[in-house]
Formats: sequence, C-alpha cells, structure tokens
Amino acid sequence: MPANTKYELKMGAATREAFGKAVAELGKEDPRIVVCDADLSKSTMTTYFAKEFPERFFECGIAEANMVALGAGLAMTGKIPFVSSFSAFVMTKGFEQLRTTVAYPQVNLKVVGTHSGISIGEDGPSQMSIEDLSLACNLPGFTVLCPADEATMKAAIRWAAYLDGPVFLRAGRVKAPVIYPADYEFDFSKAVQLIEGTDVTLVGTGLLTAECIKASEELAAEGISARVIDVICIKPLDVETLAKAAKETGAMVVAEEHLVDTGLGSRVAQALASTTPAPMEFIGVENCYAESGTPDGLLDKYNLRAPAVAAAARRAIARKNG
Amino acid sequence: MQKTSNVQELAGIAKQIRRHIVEMTGAAKSGHPGGSLSAVEIVTVLYWDVMKHEPANPKMADRDRFILSKGHAAPVLYAAMAECGYTPVETLTTLRQLGSIYQGHPDVRFIPSLEASTGSLGQGLSLALGIGCGMKLDGATSRVYVMLGDGEIQEGQIWEAAMFGAFHKVDNVCAIVDYNKLQLDGFVKDIMELEPLADKWRAFGWHVIELDGHSIEAVQKAFAEAAAAKGKPTVLIANTVKGKGVSFMENNPKYHGVPPTKEEVELALKELA
Repeated sequence: MPANTKYELKMGAATREAFGKAVAELGKEDPRIVVCDADLSKSTMTTYFAKEFPERFFECGIAEANMVALGAGLAMTGKIPFVSSFSAFVMTKGFEQLRTTVAYPQVNLKVVGTHSGISIGEDGPSQMSIEDLSLACNLPGFTVLCPADEATMKAAIRWAAYLDGPVFLRAGRVKAPVIYPADYEFDFSKAVQLIEGTDVTLVGTGLLTAECIKASEELAAEGISARVIDVICIKPLDVETLAKAAKETGAMVVAEEHLVDTGLGSRVAQALASTTPAPMEFIGVENCYAESGTPDGLLDKYNLRAPAVAAAARRAIARKNG
Repeated sequence: MQKTSNVQELAGIAKQIRRHIVEMTGAAKSGHPGGSLSAVEIVTVLYWDVMKHEPANPKMADRDRFILSKGHAAPVLYAAMAECGYTPVETLTTLRQLGSIYQGHPDVRFIPSLEASTGSLGQGLSLALGIGCGMKLDGATSRVYVMLGDGEIQEGQIWEAAMFGAFHKVDNVCAIVDYNKLQLDGFVKDIMELEPLADKWRAFGWHVIELDGHSIEAVQKAFAEAAAAKGKPTVLIANTVKGKGVSFMENNPKYHGVPPTKEEVELALKELA
C-alpha cells in the first residue's frame, strides 16, 4: 500500500458475506462454478448462489464428510467446486476427506470455512474454529488464505477459483473493518505492507490485521515506529517480506484469531528462525476454548485487541534492546 | 484389449486376473489377496463387457468410470488395468515395492489413468456421487461404478452418501458391495453385523439388486438392470466368497491381509491352471 495511506477502518461487510456474493457473481460468468453446503447456506451466505443457480448448488444436509468427498468428485468432472460450512465443522469432520481424497491426489477443490475464530460470539466454543489454519496448513499442496476484509475476500475467491489446486479460505461471521480500497489489485503471493515502520513489525491476519493497524497508531503516539504487515496467504508464506521486516525492524509480533501455538505465529517463527531470527511475541487464543459473549466482549476478554498487540510490541522491543 | 460379452471368454480373463493376484501378493509378501479374489468377476465384467472406456485414451470425456473404494483390493484393479493395456503386465509383481507404480493402495500420482486414490475406507461412494452429479450437469450419459467392501460400509460416511444419492436421484451411479462376509478381525457378523443389508439400502431409497457375485451371467444381468433403473441410484449386493478360486484361501479370514507363501503361490497357480 502507498506509504501515506490512512486507515479509517470503517465497518464493511463480513468476509462470509463477501464470499457469498463473490461466488454468486463468479457463477454468472463461469458455468463450471458449483457450490456445496451442509445446511448452513443462510449463514455461510452461499444462499445467494443457491437462489441464482439451484441446479449448480448441492445441498448436502448436515453431513460434512460426504460433502467434502462429493465436492472432490465434482472437481474430477472439471467443475470448480466451492464447499462451505462453518470452519469448525468442515475442517474437523471433513478433515480426513480433505487429507486423503483432496490433498493427497491434489484435487481442485475450494473449501471455505466461515464463522472462524472466537468472534462468532454468542454460539460459543462448539462453533468456534480456532484450529482451522493449522489443520489446513497440514494438508500438503493446499493454499491457505485468511482475508481481512470484504475487498480481500472478493478478490481471493476469484483468484482461488482459477488457481489450479486445492485452496482453503477462512471467513468470519462479524462485519470486518475496511482496510483495502475496493479496486485494490492484490498479489496473493505477497504479504502486504500496510504501514511503514522501523522499530517493530506487527504481523496480522484476518480480523487481527485491523487491530495491528490500531496498535501501530497507539505506539506512534509513544514515538514507536511500528511496521504493519497483513498476511493474507498463510501458505505458502511470503517469507521474503517477513524476513526483510525482521531484519529492518529487529522485533516481531504476530497476531491472529487462532490457537497461538499452531497458527500463523508458529509458521512465521519457523520461517524467521531459519532466515533472520528476531525477538518475537505472539497474540492469539492461549491454549483454551473461549465462551459465549458478544464478539467485541470476547475479543477484549481473550486479549485479541490493539492494546494487547501494542503491549506485545513493547515487550519485543525491550528484548531487542536488552 | 478385446471387449466381449461371451461368458466363457470372460471366465478365462477372470482366471488370468486371479493368477496375477496370487503372483502379485506372493511376490510382494504383503497385501490383500482375499478381498481381491472375491471381486474378480465383477471387475472383469465391468472392464471387458459393461464399461465404455479406451485404454489408449484413458481420459476420454465420455468414459464410464470405476472407483475401487475398497482400495486395499488394489491387486484386482491393477491386474485388470494391466490386462486391458493401461499399465504393464510384466511389472505387476513389483507390487508394493519402492518406485513401483503398483502402490499398496491405488494412487493417481503413480497411475494417472486411475480414477481415484483410495485406501481410507468410506469415501468412494461420495466421490462417485460427485462425479455422477458433475456428469449430469454436463448432460453426459456416462455411468459411474464404485466398489465398496462389506466391512467398509460400517463407515458412517457411506450412509451420509447413501442419503445424498437417493435424495438427489443420482441414477448414473451404481455401487457394488463385495459382500464376502469377512473383514480383517474376523467374520462381519461378529465384528459389526450389517444385516438386514438389502433392507437398509432400500430404506435409504436405493434400487437394490442381490446376486451371486461370482456368476458372470448374474453380474451381467445386474449391471443391465442397474443401467435401466431411473430416478434412483442402484446398489448391487454381490454375495461373494473371500479368497474365491483358491481352495485354501476361500472363507479364511487369514487371507484378508496376509499374502500366500511361495509354496502356497505354487499350489494356488496349479488350482488356477
């Protein structure tokens, strides 16, 4: 992004909404696009596609394992299938199918897990996916995307559709702050530097990218120059951009709405440990299941907010200077 | 390959496939001979009589497709594909060796003319239904055949798929249950009884045909009936004998996952002469 970009972070559509509209739009252009859902189309927003193209929409009922392998079969006839459900269900109940029937033979299936993270709110932990990025990254050959806002998701769906190979896309339930202009030209092979900075780098993904932007403003008021990077593509990871940031700022924070042990943070740490080690701090869900509550209340309580990111940045800087 | 509906010719091919299965698993010193031998007539009739396919053009758009969901019976599929001309016959006995295209379970990375990589039980029916749905969208008249093990249908996903297939009227899919009554730990009835099996499939909305899976005529007749059944998918419940064709392997749970010894191979080949 241009260095002088100001982020107002106005509320935009939820990334699940952006997915639903994007896949319906794509369906108009390309008859190969088909969609499968497991009785959650009104929540995953595949309902837009279902209404427009009932013959290309496959309602699978509450049976995610069948849905994943069925989608693989559709792909094997040259279709471009998007299978969707809550991430907590499709990635766990469908995981073995994703492993053996999709990843192993490299079937061209696109999986969209919605309602990821703890920000789904009131429904509670049984519906919250806090391990999906890790599971998806454990599927060799999968491309794993975690878009932060509406524009990103819209572009990511189109890009994923024509990428030859399996893709997992992570979507959220709640409205997401707008980071990118609607006409932004994404290069999904690159992590995006949103804000220039020299003292520390804040690496975010999904909803936490906006929190990193807010944290950088908080740190700026203290005279700390924080770089902000949005990682859209979790796998393959843009190690070059991250290593450059580690080298130039010497301290890193990774923030995600995911189990802190096994998500983006661990991938970044592994990549930097073998290239440009730097003091690192991690923001994420800490070895627990959350609870019911408002999305905002949960993000506050589980320390997935800008103040927690800023505090982590100060710790990382202290270690760099210590 | 020369396609044929002649029962004697098909019986001759079936015998040759049995010989390959014995030789392959014997040479590999591992593998699953019993459940391969039980499926021989069904696979033979599909590849030589029923299915539209061309070994010289394996990705032919309007081909019929076969998925071996019970992937551990790979030897029967490899033997049939080799005899059809998809893959070399002379290397069949490299089964399960490092670098062999004849992997322990079917693997499309090694044999691209295979329709699917299988081995984790329970998934092939869903795959077949997905292919069937895709073919219907294209207005294709091709058919999809998927072979399930009897033990395999203890998997819950099979019944998710069974519901889907009937509900969405995927009548271009024909499943075959190789009902040889044995699984790894023993007799199916002692591990997890499936009966009343035909009633179960009927209750799930499928057209059910029960048959003797070793009678070539019965298998031919069943596939013809399946192709004529419209509005619902068909399942063939093929009553078979595990280890069929080799006297000391028949109905013996040992030969689910244990190959014949060198002496047993010789004995078996004499019986299959």
